[in-house]
Amino acid sequence: MLNNKIHQSNDEENSEWRKVLLARDRNRFKSLDLLNNIFHSFFELHGDRLYGDDKAIVGGLAFLRDIPVTVICQQKGKEQEEMRVRQYGMSMPEGYRKSLRLMKQAEKFRRPVVCLIDTPGAFPGIGAEERGQAEAIAKNLYEMSCLTVPIVSVIVSEGGSGGALALAVADNVIMLENAIFSVVSPEGCASILWKASSLAPKAAQYLKLSANNLKAYGIIDKIIEEDGSEEHIGTKLTNHIYSTIVDLQKLSPSQLVYNRRMKFRSIGECN
Amino acid sequence: MNKPLFYKCNNCTYVHERSKIVKEHYVCSVCGHYETLYHKNRINLVVDKDSFEEFNQYLDFNDPIGFPGYKEKYDSAKAVTKMNEAVITGTARIDGREIMIGVMDSRFMMGSMGIVVGEKITRLFEMASERSCPVILFTASGGARMQEGMFALMQMAKTSAAVAKYSESGGLFISVLTNPTTGGVSASFAFLGDIILSEPNALIGFAGRRVIEQTIKEKLPDDFQSAEFLLNHGFIDAIVERRDMKSVLSLLLKYHEGK
Repeated sequence: MLNNKIHQSNDEENSEWRKVLLARDRNRFKSLDLLNNIFHSFFELHGDRLYGDDKAIVGGLAFLRDIPVTVICQQKGKEQEEMRVRQYGMSMPEGYRKSLRLMKQAEKFRRPVVCLIDTPGAFPGIGAEERGQAEAIAKNLYEMSCLTVPIVSVIVSEGGSGGALALAVADNVIMLENAIFSVVSPEGCASILWKASSLAPKAAQYLKLSANNLKAYGIIDKIIEEDGSEEHIGTKLTNHIYSTIVDLQKLSPSQLVYNRRMKFRSIGECN
Repeated sequence: MNKPLFYKCNNCTYVHERSKIVKEHYVCSVCGHYETLYHKNRINLVVDKDSFEEFNQYLDFNDPIGFPGYKEKYDSAKAVTKMNEAVITGTARIDGREIMIGVMDSRFMMGSMGIVVGEKITRLFEMASERSCPVILFTASGGARMQEGMFALMQMAKTSAAVAKYSESGGLFISVLTNPTTGGVSASFAFLGDIILSEPNALIGFAGRRVIEQTIKEKLPDDFQSAEFLLNHGFIDAIVERRDMKSVLSLLLKYHEGK
């Protein structure tokens, strides 16, 4: 099925587009599958205390080995019904506000935050605009740059634009080998530049959205190879996230914030 | 080259004498339409005469992911607008009070934010911290500049962190949203002002109208994502007419004097 799709794109050399198809593959593991392999004893906490409970973002408490952590997870859904309820992982403003509430709670109790990201982007709709999608994302970027506990973000599959970045202002940003992270969807880019969303494969190639390219650019910190089962990938993530958090916890809160800000400050320096 | 004597409203097509519409700050006296204000006119409108001093004017062009066709597009925007980038930044005074000011111009690649725009805005807040000086930013942007790929998206995080750091130093940031302010700029520094103002009828939002219509398969109301719509939903502090902008900014600065 998947091989067919790649073949149909008539562009087998286009490795960036291959990644797009892999990242979006319906049969690929979803964030919640990984969550259960990375952490144990997960307990979900609902709602933003302002408006509602966004189903595209699942948040809660869990243990990373022996460390209690706050987990925030974008979930597209596996079956048709779950995908519908979760709006294919497209978060509403209340999803970002729930995330922020849980991050602030994590800070109060000195818990590290781990975000698992998989979204085509923030939801584009009337309610989302009425309730301030832009403000919700902006506030997360702002507050994540101030949070005094470690933040680790994992791009599990699709890191769609501002909707993904709103959970990715992290001390350590990890991408799975076949994940993508992009400023705009290849379809959106092709439609704006060439008025033809069918040229998405070409746009993907131009956008350089694969883990390999983004690691080389210094945009992300780590790639986790997908060389085995979900359990195996989960274990590798546990190991990496655990050792990263142990190191980050050695820093003073002000040093942690300073380092995080400098990391983003230095992306695209110019003279 | 002399400018033509007449100016046609882009909305109602009424033909104005140029000297008259200039006096009205490019607001059509017939239909009330707000024409796009060039950055120079915008600056002249709000700051004391000859007080603007630009800095970071010449930051090197970046094509960080080698996006085909980007350099050509950039060069042509430069030639048409006589600007080096989609934002200009500097110091100025409003009724004698020193400010740091940034003005985005949507004529330059839709005011999109790439590395240079992100860097100029970040430096604006950094210098404002050093000088303990308020920041006033006029936004106009379609969002992140996709030709710079993820480097452009990361400018959202970089500028938001710059606002956070500046805010911790106690500085005042007034964000003035002008038509259009959408995408990655609205979802970063534009909505992080201590006080958020807008010009009447400006288009402000996150997602583009067409994208929303395609997603929900419905026609959207006319006032959707207008400044008035945002005011009604509680996301901006006030809508300010162009002719009142300087006096309102001046008053807001006065409340915060010595901050």
